[in-house]
Amino acid sequence: MIVQALAFYLFAAIMVASAVMVISSRNPVHSVLFLILAFFNAAGLFVLLGAEFLAMILVVVYVGAVAVLFLFVVMMLDVNIAELRHGFLQYLPIGALIGLILLVELGMVAGAWVISPGAGAAAHLPIPPPDQVTNTAALGHVLYDHYVYLFQSAGLILLVAMVGAIVLTLRQREGVRRQSIARQISRRRDEAIEVKDVTSGSGV
Amino acid sequence: MSLAPDLAAAAPELFLACAAIALLMLGVFRGDGAGRPIMRLSVLALIVALLLVVFPMGGEGIFFNSLFIKDVFGNFMKGLVLVGSGLTILMGWRYVERERMDRPELPVLLLFATVGMLLMISANDLISLYVGLELQSLALYVAAAIRRDSLRASEAGLKYFVLGALSSGMLLYGLSLVYGFAGTTGFTDLAAAFARDAAAGTPVSLGLIVGLVFVAAGIAFKISAVPFHMWTPDVYEGAPTAITAFFAVAPKVAAMALFVRVLMGPFGDLVGQWQQIVVFISIASMALGAFAAIAQSNVKRLMAYSSIGNVGYALVGLASGTEAGIRGVTIYMAIYLVMTVGTFACILAMRINERGVESIDDLRGLSKTHPMMAAALAIFMFSLAGIPPLAGFFGKLYVFLAAIQAGLYGLAVIGVLTSVVGAYYYLRIVKLMYFDEPTEVLDRPIGREVGLVMGVSALAILLFFVMPSLVVDGASAAALSLFAG
Amino acid sequence: MNPLLAEYLPILIFIGIAVGLALVIVIASYVVARQRPDSEKVSAYECGFEAFDDARSKFDVRFYLVSILFIIFDLEVAFLFPWAISLGDIGLFGFWSMVCFLGLLTIGFVYEWKKGALEWE
Repeated sequence: MIVQALAFYLFAAIMVASAVMVISSRNPVHSVLFLILAFFNAAGLFVLLGAEFLAMILVVVYVGAVAVLFLFVVMMLDVNIAELRHGFLQYLPIGALIGLILLVELGMVAGAWVISPGAGAAAHLPIPPPDQVTNTAALGHVLYDHYVYLFQSAGLILLVAMVGAIVLTLRQREGVRRQSIARQISRRRDEAIEVKDVTSGSGV
Repeated sequence: MSLAPDLAAAAPELFLACAAIALLMLGVFRGDGAGRPIMRLSVLALIVALLLVVFPMGGEGIFFNSLFIKDVFGNFMKGLVLVGSGLTILMGWRYVERERMDRPELPVLLLFATVGMLLMISANDLISLYVGLELQSLALYVAAAIRRDSLRASEAGLKYFVLGALSSGMLLYGLSLVYGFAGTTGFTDLAAAFARDAAAGTPVSLGLIVGLVFVAAGIAFKISAVPFHMWTPDVYEGAPTAITAFFAVAPKVAAMALFVRVLMGPFGDLVGQWQQIVVFISIASMALGAFAAIAQSNVKRLMAYSSIGNVGYALVGLASGTEAGIRGVTIYMAIYLVMTVGTFACILAMRINERGVESIDDLRGLSKTHPMMAAALAIFMFSLAGIPPLAGFFGKLYVFLAAIQAGLYGLAVIGVLTSVVGAYYYLRIVKLMYFDEPTEVLDRPIGREVGLVMGVSALAILLFFVMPSLVVDGASAAALSLFAG
Repeated sequence: MNPLLAEYLPILIFIGIAVGLALVIVIASYVVARQRPDSEKVSAYECGFEAFDDARSKFDVRFYLVSILFIIFDLEVAFLFPWAISLGDIGLFGFWSMVCFLGLLTIGFVYEWKKGALEWE
């Protein structure tokens, strides 16, 4: 138990610290690296909660793909740090105010942590005991038939994301020479070369 | 597990999604020149989906393991959304072709957005609400930025995307708080739990209220109600006019339907909690819509503030929280749809020397050069100002009556006062068109589709009072269906 | 301790040792080694040349397209894991539901192939 508590505080502390570094570090590339650290610690917290699948997905998708995308974007934009800092102080009061309001609200919510008594029973999908069914299998049992509607809608969203990314970023360049293997191997001898009878000493 | 009744219930959505996929494939295999046939086919697909909504297969009820609801209210709103999408795609296409944005992906993306709107309207679970909303928003972010070589359009798309993502985040935060405190995401279960709590006299948990506030804020972003309206004028002005017309109509109707569904369905028993929020955003939207529009010189910006104000009026009906109020919202959105489609048809027709113009001053003396268009625009402006006997007057009448019946006298009085202020800028356009001398003449012809949409909507607005029952009966049945269960 | 977490204990110990060892090595090199920096030593080493310009230059937007397409297929694969584990229990319905989902993304794949988004030029 004590190991678990220690691990929780370790992961939580590193995560909060790296989250602070994400928004306060001067170099955007460092921010992304701290974000990756935060993702790793969040994955650790998920494991502590028993949500293995989420933890692994966080590592695979967020660290493996989203963070890389962030790095690309940061590099692509060629951000000028001094320009970014400009106006930071100007917006600091309002940002701090909104953050404070959110914090107070969270505190109020935490203080009033009373789950509506009848509502828990209303959940129609009981959670299987974790020692009999693994986390991933439990998700699999409901995701593909009970929630098939949401699953297919998620597929549609991914399709739209794909189309959108291509529509917005793909540019066809002019004058690019491409290799067309089909054209190469379908070339025939008589359209590629011409045989000339050259008499010696006269040239072509 | 048999899926047949579920599939039959979701027939319009399924058909539209399959049609969008088929058109996507058609477009990519036919190449970039296929924009026009794909636009035609997508309008056809919307018409078929509308028929599937009007003549539904199978009965009403809850489907897909209570994730999806099909009721009269949903069908009415879906009908409005499909009509709005179809008309705006049809009338905007000529503009799209002139501006060289006629890529086959554009109608496909708008179809996907429409599918998302239908899913939103039919949501019966917090998760399906979110999924529908994301499908709609994602497609619209791309549509807003589709003219990627134009700085203004890209800026509008970016602004829309960032603020939309922020609102989705707030919505998601609220949804997870609601789930955390209520223990369920289904609308039916939530409503049952709250009804039980209300009967037992248990006070509402603070966490739930905070969750509800965040959900309301997230949806208020989507309908661009004050104080979450900041994106609207910039996006309306920056996006290409045809896309702006689409934004102003169908997504607004869908988001309003979602707002009504969420507040009246699962949170129906918490009316005391959300009523003050809705009253506040309603008053703020009406006031800002009326006062901020006065100083505008760009007609698209003017329409943005006008839509903010109109959302405020529609929310008056929702604030009353009664069946009459919901009927008012439904009627208001139907009339808003027609007025907005018509007005944007006029804006699309504003061109001088083959270039689109957006300044209000370009309308000077329109009555002398384009008498028919000026008459149509005057009808829309009078209707937006709420002058009887045009349709806009009845829209306002129904929501204000509902507010008075519910005892919200202050709200109704403020509504009437702001519509008097709002009348000033609507009538200013009429004055420019009829009493000023023309400076530059708008191009003609204005285009067959644009003219047709303009004429039909002007007639609908003008003749609404002859047969109001066409809309009012449908809206009454729709409102009743929300209160029957 | 929770049996699930007990299985992760070796990983926790591994992370602890990895972080500890890395810290020890870095700190030891600071403490033990002689530190006498000068401008030539701390400047960037570029095969003996002077550095031409800033290392941070603009990337082509095509990298972004590749990585966003990667994310989408990554997410698709993430959906396959629970499906593979529970396929025996969810039966034919679950199987076809996944086939539909993969079909949707295959449409997207055909689209991007045909558009030439997978070609680098």
